[in-house]
Amino acid sequence: MKKTSILALTLIGSLALGSASAQTSLKIASLSPLSGGQSDLGSQIKNGAQLAVNEYVPQFKKLGYDLSLTGYDDQADPATGTAAARKIAADTSILAVVGTLNSGVAIPSSAALAPSHVAMVSPANTANQVTDRGLKNMNRIVARDDAQGPAGANFMLTKLKAKSVYLLNDKTAYGEGLTAEVKKALLAKNAKISGDEGTEEKSDFSAIIQKIKLTKPDAIYFGGIYNQVGVFVKQLREAGVSIPLVGGDGLDSEQMVTIGGKGSDNVYYTTVAAPADALPAAKKVADAYSKAYGKDIQGFGIFGYDAAKVVLQGILLASKDNGNKLPSREQVETAMRKVRATGLLSGTVQFNSMGDRKAAKMYIMNISAGKFNLDSTLNVKSPVN
Amino acid sequence: MDFATLAPFLVGVIISGLVLGFVYAIIALGYTMVYGVLQLINFAHSEVFVTGAVVGFEIFRVLADNPMNGYLKLLIALIAAMAASGGLNVLIERLAYRPLRNAPRLVPLITAIGVSLILQDLIRIIEGFQGRFDLTYQLPQGFSTPFCGPESSCVSVGNFLSKIGISLQIKEVVMVLVALLSLAALNYLVNFTKLGRAIRAVAQDRVTAGLMGIDANGIISLTFLIGGALGGVSGVLFGLKFGTVNAYSGFDPGIIAFTAAVLGGIGSIPGAVLGGLVLGVIQNLIGVTNILGDALGIANLGVIDSSYQRIGGFLVLVLILIFKPTGLLGRSNVEKV
Repeated sequence: MKKTSILALTLIGSLALGSASAQTSLKIASLSPLSGGQSDLGSQIKNGAQLAVNEYVPQFKKLGYDLSLTGYDDQADPATGTAAARKIAADTSILAVVGTLNSGVAIPSSAALAPSHVAMVSPANTANQVTDRGLKNMNRIVARDDAQGPAGANFMLTKLKAKSVYLLNDKTAYGEGLTAEVKKALLAKNAKISGDEGTEEKSDFSAIIQKIKLTKPDAIYFGGIYNQVGVFVKQLREAGVSIPLVGGDGLDSEQMVTIGGKGSDNVYYTTVAAPADALPAAKKVADAYSKAYGKDIQGFGIFGYDAAKVVLQGILLASKDNGNKLPSREQVETAMRKVRATGLLSGTVQFNSMGDRKAAKMYIMNISAGKFNLDSTLNVKSPVN
Repeated sequence: MDFATLAPFLVGVIISGLVLGFVYAIIALGYTMVYGVLQLINFAHSEVFVTGAVVGFEIFRVLADNPMNGYLKLLIALIAAMAASGGLNVLIERLAYRPLRNAPRLVPLITAIGVSLILQDLIRIIEGFQGRFDLTYQLPQGFSTPFCGPESSCVSVGNFLSKIGISLQIKEVVMVLVALLSLAALNYLVNFTKLGRAIRAVAQDRVTAGLMGIDANGIISLTFLIGGALGGVSGVLFGLKFGTVNAYSGFDPGIIAFTAAVLGGIGSIPGAVLGGLVLGVIQNLIGVTNILGDALGIANLGVIDSSYQRIGGFLVLVLILIFKPTGLLGRSNVEKV
C-alpha cells in the first residue's frame, strides 16, 4: 500500500515534470459531519476550509498544481468516518485532511489514515487521546480537554461562585473525556459534585431534571453537543430551574439558541474556536463566508479555515523541501509537524512533538437573549512541549 | 434526606412519568389497533407518528406570527397531523401490506421495517431541502408557563401542587387532556357504534365478517386511518412535550410504545394505555434510582443512573411475559384453525 502510493505519486510527479504546462491535480480533503444532527458544525468546517483553499489556488497554480478540496461526510459517526478515511487513503491525489469535528470520529479515522501517512490537522478535536496516542499524522490546532476542562471548572468556581455542580455528559469520547477533566478540576478545589451521570437521551430529561431540582446545585456542567444540550436546557428552564449551565465547545452553534429558545439564556461555554468579532483579522473572512454561503461564520468555520491554512502551508513547505517537486504524503506528514503557519485568524500555529498546538487560546462565551457574547479569554499551553 | 423532601420529589417523578406515559399510551394505541384487526405489527407506526410531529411543527411554524389564539393553533395542528398521519397509514396499508395479506406472517413484518426506513429518509430529505434537521416547535406564548405558578394568586390544584414543590406546565395539562379525550373518543367508537362493531367483527374473523356483508378491506383501511390519526395526535403531543423532533426521533418512543402495547396485552385498548403509563412511571423511577439509593442508604443503587431508564422498561416487560404471557390486560387468544 505504502509502496504503491509512493510509486503512484512519483509517477504523477514525473509526469508533471515531463510537461511543464500541464497542471497536476493536488487535493486536500475535509472530514466532518455534513448530514445529520451535527451537520451545522460540520458544514462550517468544510466551508471554512474551502475559503482557505480558494485563497491558495493561485499560489499552487504557479507551482503547477491544480488545488482543490473534497468534502467527506462522517455523519458524526465513528464507523462512517473510518470508512470515509479509507476512501481518502485510497485517493492518492489527496495529500492531507482537515478534520474531524468529533474526537470519537478522529481517533479511529486518524488510525485508518496513519499507515498511508495522510497528515490530519484537526480544527476541533479536544479529547486528550487524539494526540496522546502518538500518531505521526495527527495534529490539532485547538486546546486539549485537559486545558478546556479546568477552564470550565475554574470559571464555575470563581466567576459563577458555584459551590456544588451537577455533571452530565453525552457518553461519547468527547463528552465523557471533557466532563472527567472538569470533575478532576472541581474535586481538586473541593467543590461538591451533586450528581454525575451520562445520558444518551435526546428528548426526555424529566428524571434528570427532577434530580437537579432535588439536589439544588449552583451550576450544571454538560459535556455534550448542542442538539442534545439545547433540548435539555429548554426542558430545564420550563421546569423552573434557572441556574447557569456550562458546557464545552460542543455548544458553539447558533442552533443552540434555535433549539434551546429562551432556555439558552444563562448558558456559558468554553471554546477553542474564537468568536469572529474577537479576532480583528476575521472580518474579511467572515464577509467572504457570508457572501459565499449565505450564513454567518461561526467558531468552527474560522477553525476550519485556519486548519486548512496550516495544511496548505505544510504542503508548500514539503514541496519546498522536495526541491519544488510534488511531495509525497510522507514528506507532507513530516513537514506538518515543523511548519510555522502564519496569517491565521487565531494566531501563529506550531505543533509540538505530539501534534498539539504549542500555545492556544481558550474563550469563555455567554449566551443571553439569543446573543453570543465573549465573557473572557484564557491562554492555555499544551502539557508537553 | 428526610421524608419531607423525598415525598414531593417522588410524587413529582411519578407525575412526570405519567405525563410521559400518556404520550407512549397514545402511540401504543396505534400499534394495538392495527394488531387487533390484522395481527400485524406495524413497525412503520413510529414514522407515521413522526410525520404527525413534523406536520405539527410546520403548522406551528407557519402560524407563528399569526395573532390567533394558541389553543386554536394547537387544534389546527392536531387536525392537520391526524389527517396527514391517518392518510399516510392508509396508503402504507394499501401499498405495502394488502398485497401481502396472505403471505406468511414474517413477510409483512419485514415490509413494515422497510417502510419504516423509507419514511425516515423521506422525512429527512423533505425537511433537509429546507436546511432543517432538528425541528424546533415554536409554541404559542403561554404554553410553557407553569400551570398556575407561584406568582399567580389563584387558589387551585396547580397552585397547591407548586406549593408542595411539584411543577406542572400548562402544556402538560393540555397534553393529558388531549390524550384522555382521544382515548374516550376511540373507546366510544370501538365499543358503542355500528362501525366499531364492524371493526370488532373483522378482527374476530375477516372471512365470516365479509359473508355478513361487511366490507373487510374498507374496515381495515378505516382501522389504519384511525390508528394513523392517533399517531398524528401523539406526534404533536411529543413535539409539545419535548420541543424538538427529527426524522429519526420515532425509533425510541416507537419501541417503547410497542413494548407498552405488549405489556398491556397487545390488541387491548385499555391495556395499551395502562402499559404506556406503567412504562412512563417506571422509566422515571429508574432514572432517579441513584437518589433513592442515597436516601435509603443502599450504596449499590447509586450506580443505576438515568442511562438505565430504558432498560428498566424492558426488564418489566420480560418479567410480565414470564408470569403473564398475555400481558397485563390481554386475553389469551384461542388459535383459530
